[in-house]
Amino acid sequence: MPKSLIDITPGPLSLAETAAFVNDPAAGGIDIFIGTTRNNAEGRQVLFLEYEAYPPMALSLMRELAEEIGRKWEITKIAMVHRIGRVDIGEASVIIAVSSPHRNEAFLACRYAIDTLKATVPIWKKEYFAGGEIWVGQPNLES
Amino acid sequence: MITITVRLFAGARDAAGTASVVLSVAEGSPAEVVLHSLVQKYPKLERWKPYLKLAVNQAYAKPGDLLSDGDEVAVIPPVSGG
Repeated sequence: MPKSLIDITPGPLSLAETAAFVNDPAAGGIDIFIGTTRNNAEGRQVLFLEYEAYPPMALSLMRELAEEIGRKWEITKIAMVHRIGRVDIGEASVIIAVSSPHRNEAFLACRYAIDTLKATVPIWKKEYFAGGEIWVGQPNLES
Repeated sequence: MITITVRLFAGARDAAGTASVVLSVAEGSPAEVVLHSLVQKYPKLERWKPYLKLAVNQAYAKPGDLLSDGDEVAVIPPVSGG
């Protein structure tokens, strides 16, 4: 299991702290993904997002994901930090940082981490737009 | 009978109007019984049913997984983290 920082927090995320965590003398590269709130979605003007999580399960899945990534690729450290609560336009909702001896593994692991987090981890975002609000990914039940 | 605590999240919580409910189910019930019970209690969840996943004690569960007394079952609508 690579040394990992897994966290869900209501406060603003710190890129500097996350990068500092994964930095390591044994690593030759760090790949970082930052998810930020975009000002538009499907033709709607987005005002802000609000994130909710099921923390014990989300943290558990994120830890399992870190372990899985450590088995798949030779990486040094990994950090996955997700914010909950309101996230304004341009602010970071998630930071994934991976360090590894060689850059190829860092790129692959970081990509895999965010893709898998988005597909499986019990975290939800509610989009507040000009005219209303909607849970992103909510099925269209009006028919 | 066994006691199950159900937690609902996001759109499912809004549709049901509650974040948490305690259910009594028959011993040896499969997890999917929770969805049936919830839909009976909260009819607005009926349309959500095809889109809901279940987790038992913080791990994704299959509808046929058997429940034990004291389990926490979470109703997981489509996730949208990141």
